[in-house]
Amino acid sequence: MSTAPSVETGATAAPAVENRSRLFQFSPARIVLYAILAIFCIYYLLPLYVMVVNSLKPLSEITAGGMMALPQQWTLAPWGSAWSTAQVGVEATGLRPYFINSILMVVPAVAISTLLGALNGYVLTKWAFRGSTILFGLLLFGCFIPFQMVLIPMARMLGLMGLAGSVPGLVFVHLVYGIGFSTLYFRNYYAAFPTELVRAAQIDGAGFFTIFWRILLPSSGPIAVVCIIWQFTNIWNDFLFGASFSDFDSQPMTVALNNLVQSSTGVKEYNVHFAGAIMAALPTLLVYIVAGRFFVRGLMAGSVKG
Amino acid sequence: MAFTETATRPGPVDRLRDALPKLVLSPTVAIVAIFVYGFIVFTFYLSFTNSRILPQFGWVGWQNYENLFRIRAWDTAVTNLIIFGSLYIIICCALGLLLAILLDQRIRAEGFIRTIYLYPMALSFIVTGVAWKWFLDPGIGLEAVVRGWGWESFTFGWIKDREMAIYTIVIAAVWQTSGFVMAMFLAGLRGIDSEMMKAAQIDGASTFALYRRIVIPQLRPAFMSAFVVLAHMAIKSYDLVIALTGGGPGTATELPATFMYSYTFTRNQMGIGAASAVIMLMTIAAIIVPYLWSELREKR
Amino acid sequence: MRILTTTLTAATALAAATCAQAADVEVLHWWTSGGEAAALNVLKDDLSGQGIGWQDMPVAGGGGTQAMTVLRARVTSGNAPTAVQMLGFDITDWAKEGALADLNALADQNKWGDVIPAALQKFATHDGKWVAAPVNVHSTNWVWANKAIMDELGISQPQSWDEFVAAMQKAKDAGYTALAHGGQPWQEATIFDAVAMAAGGPEFYQKAFVELDEDTLGSDTMKEAFDRMATLRGFVDDNFSGRDWNLATAMVINGDAAFQLMGDWAKGEFLNAGKTPGQDFLCYRFPGTQQQVTFNSDQFAMFDQEGKVSDQQAALASAILSPGFQIAFNKVKGSVPARTDLDVAELDACGQQGYEEFKAAAASGNLYGSFAHGHANPAAIKNAMYDVITAHFNGEYDSATAVEELVTAVQINK
Repeated sequence: MSTAPSVETGATAAPAVENRSRLFQFSPARIVLYAILAIFCIYYLLPLYVMVVNSLKPLSEITAGGMMALPQQWTLAPWGSAWSTAQVGVEATGLRPYFINSILMVVPAVAISTLLGALNGYVLTKWAFRGSTILFGLLLFGCFIPFQMVLIPMARMLGLMGLAGSVPGLVFVHLVYGIGFSTLYFRNYYAAFPTELVRAAQIDGAGFFTIFWRILLPSSGPIAVVCIIWQFTNIWNDFLFGASFSDFDSQPMTVALNNLVQSSTGVKEYNVHFAGAIMAALPTLLVYIVAGRFFVRGLMAGSVKG
Repeated sequence: MAFTETATRPGPVDRLRDALPKLVLSPTVAIVAIFVYGFIVFTFYLSFTNSRILPQFGWVGWQNYENLFRIRAWDTAVTNLIIFGSLYIIICCALGLLLAILLDQRIRAEGFIRTIYLYPMALSFIVTGVAWKWFLDPGIGLEAVVRGWGWESFTFGWIKDREMAIYTIVIAAVWQTSGFVMAMFLAGLRGIDSEMMKAAQIDGASTFALYRRIVIPQLRPAFMSAFVVLAHMAIKSYDLVIALTGGGPGTATELPATFMYSYTFTRNQMGIGAASAVIMLMTIAAIIVPYLWSELREKR
Repeated sequence: MRILTTTLTAATALAAATCAQAADVEVLHWWTSGGEAAALNVLKDDLSGQGIGWQDMPVAGGGGTQAMTVLRARVTSGNAPTAVQMLGFDITDWAKEGALADLNALADQNKWGDVIPAALQKFATHDGKWVAAPVNVHSTNWVWANKAIMDELGISQPQSWDEFVAAMQKAKDAGYTALAHGGQPWQEATIFDAVAMAAGGPEFYQKAFVELDEDTLGSDTMKEAFDRMATLRGFVDDNFSGRDWNLATAMVINGDAAFQLMGDWAKGEFLNAGKTPGQDFLCYRFPGTQQQVTFNSDQFAMFDQEGKVSDQQAALASAILSPGFQIAFNKVKGSVPARTDLDVAELDACGQQGYEEFKAAAASGNLYGSFAHGHANPAAIKNAMYDVITAHFNGEYDSATAVEELVTAVQINK
């Protein structure tokens, strides 16, 4: 991750050389620049520091105060407990069984909403029709609907569709409320894509899907990364839908984490809470770190251009 | 940007081909029509009924709205959203832009720093809320630590202060999203034609003037995306408030989203909850629709 | 993995699967922390001994409010759980919706009416029908004190409000935080519960919080109660706002604070920290409420299963009220059994004391539902009262304004 910034800039050897010559100029301005960047690093890392440090302490050290201090006695026990023995329900299962539930929900939801978003973006830009802009506006406005509001009618609809308390039901809900943003991303990306190419292909006799499959999709990598990161983060971290529309055997990770952290009248094991919290966040962190290098490139390639 | 239907000779196959794009779009349209706009209509209707624990259909006219405006917490929630929303959007944009410009100066280890700025977006507030709450708590957090370093008079107790607590929500919210906004602006900056910048530099423009006159105006699409994302986050801020302050001290950090949830679900006043949702939606529409309209129309 | 196995089982034994489905109970609850969840396991094992499977549906958060939201989604989608943990008026509200089962036959057979106090029956029954099985009784008017500080300052158990104030003053003068408190609405309301009961006595409490009599709500006695809250505020440290109750308990455990006013679940924190009742910490009723017990009772409401009580539902309900489970569960939970005919030698000192006081209060008509925990009035009113109490405690209102606002709050939400 820390290597090769040129991946994002898309620059080749020439700027790299320039880069190097600049690096060795330790002008006061650059020292200030680095200092500012470092200060912001601290700002962003502080909560993570608090979480990590406290997840490695015995509980007695936490309740004795000093949450910013390093552990006097390092221990991994809270991590083990959060993973496999902590009580999140009647059985002491830890968070382990809930991971798979989340994955079963996230993967299809992200895949479908990304694909559908790509198709929508394709239609809205390359096959625009009368009223398609207004349609897009309506779609976008739908992103702003507060989720608390849709809970009850959604439950009724899921019941009518026979999807209540099931993984497909959850996937469907996330699809419904994720489609607006994925369409937004792809639409803005494809808007910048040369229409001449599409037209030329059409004259050559390529059909609707062929053009999409052969011409647009292969160059959609960067924006797909943006879309996947966005959807993955939102769906993985969702609690409200996960709690309301799941069943006893399909509760996602966030519900289990919530159960671990939020017990109201029980003893609170903060070290286990923090360990569980970091654990629950690992998949999204991983996505950010692995895909992060393509993220700015993806944003650059389209979504922030009109 | 668009070329609409090419010259068509009517025939069943052609007609199918012409309808295909609309057909592809239709599931999305149907979904949004039912699950977004249908639900909005349903909520609108509920706000005129006597619903308490579950939806009911006894008509009560404007009573829910009348009650809503008699509840002091609602005023607080609306005021808070204005303070929170505007500060959040402005600070995120300013900070995001600043960091993006700084990071764009050929920084060593840029990728590493960028990941640090970005990662908060990956965490939900169920996760980070406790850490933030502790950190902001004067008894064990920043205040205690700084005092421990010897600065005895240092105070930072905003989260316990009715007047200031809403600003701690801003701090945590900015922490979460400003990195994402930074990435958007960074992408925008990378897309700017460097020839133009060189030309301006040769003309003797100062760095400040360069950014103000040439770079920032070109970032307009990035501002649009950032605004949509941030406005959407501000309105939906719920987890954040619950995790950090639970709406307190008192009702000092109540936001419309927490208000709506609490009336609909905790207080069994679904009618009033629906009324607050309707008001909220209309406010959103009043802000977002003109904005979307101007942005989208221009490009046509 | 679990889903996969479930699906497989269902696929391989289609006919059997329907039966297996019918012989399971799905239970929605918010007991997820170590001790309480383990205690619930006793119930699960009991049922599995009878061949009934347990489908666990825990949703924690907000003292059960999160679970109530989920319940609404579940019922709306036509997928109601078999049994749901509920508190006080929530049970009544759901019974009014006609969603709960009629357990009368079972209740008669097991003589629930004889062993469960009337104050609890008020919530476990609706319209003459049993709809829920009580699991436990928490009482909320407890004082928790650090014994070392008491000994050091020579403080004996305060018998009246004035003595209590004097004791707190002593602790404050000695440099301790007199009262450990967490500034969350429900915690402030919990204190107010005890303060109002002590200030006005049980009849006042009944009239104000249960009957919602406007004259009583706006009376000088209510103002006196608010004044006492302001006095208590003076003994709390500056850093109380938003603090979790268990961190406040930790202040007493660690010897930073002298007292905490909190329900009997606080005991779990003391025990978990290796403290012994009577030696390291003391528990007694809030001064002025020695005769009364304000309670909240967790109950399992049984949801209607196509118009009848299913066999496994009946098994679950009788298992909940079986003496073995009542003792085993409440030993861990810190509460006391919901039936009055048990031998509680297994409970610790505070638990035994609590059980005796509970029985005595039940016998003498001094058992009152805690309004702070939804056992005196419906959720809408309860929360509106929270708003006023919290605003007053945080200095937004003076006592006179608080009394007026309390009346208005009840009017709007009645």
